[in-house]
Amino acid sequence: MTPIVIAFYAFAITTIGGGLMTVLARNPVHSVLWLILAFLSSAGLFVLLGAEFVAMLLIIVYVGAVAVLFLFVVMMLDVDFAELKAEMARYMPLALLIGVILLMQLALAFGFWDYSDGFEGRLAQPILDVENTKQLGLVIYDDYFLIFQLSGLILLVAMIGAIVLTLRHRTDVKRQNVMVQMSRDPAKAMELKDVKSGQGL
Amino acid sequence: MIEFFTNTNLGIVLLILGQCLLILIPLLVALAFLMYADRKVWAAVQMRKGPNVVGVFGLLQSFADFIKYIVKEVVVPAGADKAVFFLAPMISFTLAVVAWSVIPFNDGWILADINVAVLFIFAVSSLEVYGVIMGGWASNSKYPFLGSLRSAAQMISYEVSLGLIIIGVIITTGSLNFGDIVAAQSGDLGLLNWYFIPHFPMMILFFISALAETNRPPFDLPEAESELVAGYQVEYSSTPFLLFMIGELLAVVLMCALVSLLFLGGWLSPVPFLPDGIGWLILKMAFAFFLFAMVKAITPRYRYDQLMRVGWKIFLPLSLFWVVLVSFLAKFEVFGGFWARWAVGG
Repeated sequence: MTPIVIAFYAFAITTIGGGLMTVLARNPVHSVLWLILAFLSSAGLFVLLGAEFVAMLLIIVYVGAVAVLFLFVVMMLDVDFAELKAEMARYMPLALLIGVILLMQLALAFGFWDYSDGFEGRLAQPILDVENTKQLGLVIYDDYFLIFQLSGLILLVAMIGAIVLTLRHRTDVKRQNVMVQMSRDPAKAMELKDVKSGQGL
Repeated sequence: MIEFFTNTNLGIVLLILGQCLLILIPLLVALAFLMYADRKVWAAVQMRKGPNVVGVFGLLQSFADFIKYIVKEVVVPAGADKAVFFLAPMISFTLAVVAWSVIPFNDGWILADINVAVLFIFAVSSLEVYGVIMGGWASNSKYPFLGSLRSAAQMISYEVSLGLIIIGVIITTGSLNFGDIVAAQSGDLGLLNWYFIPHFPMMILFFISALAETNRPPFDLPEAESELVAGYQVEYSSTPFLLFMIGELLAVVLMCALVSLLFLGGWLSPVPFLPDGIGWLILKMAFAFFLFAMVKAITPRYRYDQLMRVGWKIFLPLSLFWVVLVSFLAKFEVFGGFWARWAVGG
């Protein structure tokens, strides 16, 4: 066994183990932590494939940003597990049905799996001398420039849509205006008064 | 003998292990003295003497502290999630060390010379937030939890502007490799070739973002002694606390190394007639660390809403604008390719 094979099995086992524990863990925070482990080890698998740029992006985007949000939400939510468990029994038949259908679909897909002619030449693309950051850049910004820009635009529209849907101006809260705060001075903010004893203002 | 270390699997593993120790041990020893230097600078600004009892001039203070942390009892709060509670400090220590594997100390003196070194550093520093969140949550206590939420929000916010600032440097260099970034800063003019001139505003932004990213004063809100006691590390004692502290300081030193490599020319000599070498990098890192220590001593703490406003409403737009500007300047090779080093030399 070469070190690469050992590394592959280590990453593969932790990916699958992490995925399993995500589903099986009783504590939702533990679930998210196992999910993060699965993300990390799949990033390791990408490195072994020679796709180091994708691996780093996976860590930065999924682990560094998305999973942190998951963790936040899960930690803040006050989830009642007894209630959830009771609900689960109700939906069990439906869940089982979906599971069986998915399994059958997968079985069908892999049962009739067939390779096209000359697949061996296409299985493993040769790794070129150009580093894959540059390759990816060339593909995205030269060959598929328009599609890439369009997908960016769609994401932007989705983001603006989400903001528009949730934006509301509440009139019953005091808003903070930084410029007003900074331009305050003692002469305008304070008023000195002589208070006679026993009278008050 | 050389065959054994370059050809057999065991030899390669031993070689890598040796290289790791070669980085780790000097780093941790240097860290002890840096912690001492930090306290001395702080004391000098406040006209105190600082640590001066253990060893000559108190030089061995950090080692005494180290032994003290090790021999104290580990206290685990009731109701804490034990596994996560102990995992958190280990994560923050390990990640802080792991990031050093891609930092070059001299031309070719690097443990893992990977193409995406800058992204790797970025990925590791985005993971560091987990040590904080997990520590705060697992303590099962209010103050650590509040502190960890603050800290996580702060680290995520400033990571964005850090990333955008680095993109400017990457555009100028045309590579994600630290060796290439430093090589692109070399030239006949010595220190006038370094990136701190073409990327001047971004160097200051980077420094401030680094302060916020590593939870250093004036952005040490997660620890804010007067409000949150000590943030996410309240419930930690003994060795776990030590691991948090070392991790935090290692992250600060890493930021010093990044400032030196990205903007101050790494191991390049500031004047053309002196040879390049690791000494210059150490000197620049020490200078950056001195700035970190001075900022800690002379600035008051920011309020939390001010911190967030600076991060999202000022730093993010500024660094985004700079990326666009640098792309423009690099593309049209303004000032003879001052911003397009890939076109000129590197």
